[in-house]
Amino acid sequence: MSEPLVLELEVKPLDFLAAGETATQFKETLKSLGLPPEICRRAAIVVYEAEMNIVIHGGGGVMRLQVEEDKVTIMAEDEGPGIEDLELAMQEGYSSAPDFIREMGFGAGMGLPNIKRNANELYIDTAPGKGTKLRAVIYLNKGR
Amino acid sequence: MKISKIEKILQASRLFDTAAMDSEVEYAFASDLMSDVLAFALATSLLITGLTNIQIIRTATMLDMTGIVFVRNKRPLEEAIVLAKKLDIPILLCQKSMFETCGLLYQAGLKPCPILHKESS
Ligand SMILES: Nc1ncnc2c1ncn2[C@@H]1O[C@H](COP(=O)(O)OP(=O)(O)O)[C@@H](O)[C@H]1O
Ligand SMILES: [Mg+2]
Repeated sequence: MSEPLVLELEVKPLDFLAAGETATQFKETLKSLGLPPEICRRAAIVVYEAEMNIVIHGGGGVMRLQVEEDKVTIMAEDEGPGIEDLELAMQEGYSSAPDFIREMGFGAGMGLPNIKRNANELYIDTAPGKGTKLRAVIYLNKGR
Repeated sequence: MKISKIEKILQASRLFDTAAMDSEVEYAFASDLMSDVLAFALATSLLITGLTNIQIIRTATMLDMTGIVFVRNKRPLEEAIVLAKKLDIPILLCQKSMFETCGLLYQAGLKPCPILHKESS
């Protein structure tokens, strides 16, 4: 694998039927490349939670998967409302999700902390009115 | 424990037939909060839930979970059934409450997924 493999998919806002399709496709791709199951699983959790955030909070956006020899990089970008207090948003249990999201089993405020736990590196670039860019890196030769 | 044995213990019924009913599970996680499932459930564990939307199937497969039990007589929505068949993840339908379901399976030897906090992981 000399050239990095890059996959890019659009994520629609508030489409709960399609939500998770990106994560499913990315995970299939990683599995077909023969990456270890634990890496595929961690990447799938990161992609799925980031995808749900774009669907629920971000007003739609784009997800990108990049696979290199030593690492998997997951990028999630939207031009939604952005996050006002990132430190607060990173806390377990903090959520601004409305009730109808909770009724579907999401909005427990566990997404960002769980992304952090499953990635080796996490960068979030966000500002109110400017949207949110998330980049998570999982190294193939490191544990979590 | 095989999913097919869990079916008997719970007097549950399978939503569709699949060879994956013979898969083994050692752990279970019960919740109606998928974000908590994503945070705590182990691979090859059993998901016990009363929610019925398509994201339940996605959550379970994202985590490499082995099967799903729907409690309280809930039936997954049509799109969830279609996806579960496509991904070949065994589904049991159970008339018991979440509490009784968990109690019976705990008694039969299924183990809880540990609750880890970010400080300790
Ligand atoms: N892409 C995003 N755009 C805007 N706000 C976001 C985004 N992602 C997360 N947030 C904010 O951060 C909070 C915490 O996110 P998360 O931990 O995933 O929990 P949840 O999605 O369950 O609310 C969200 O409730 C929301 O306020
Ligand atoms: Mg979230």
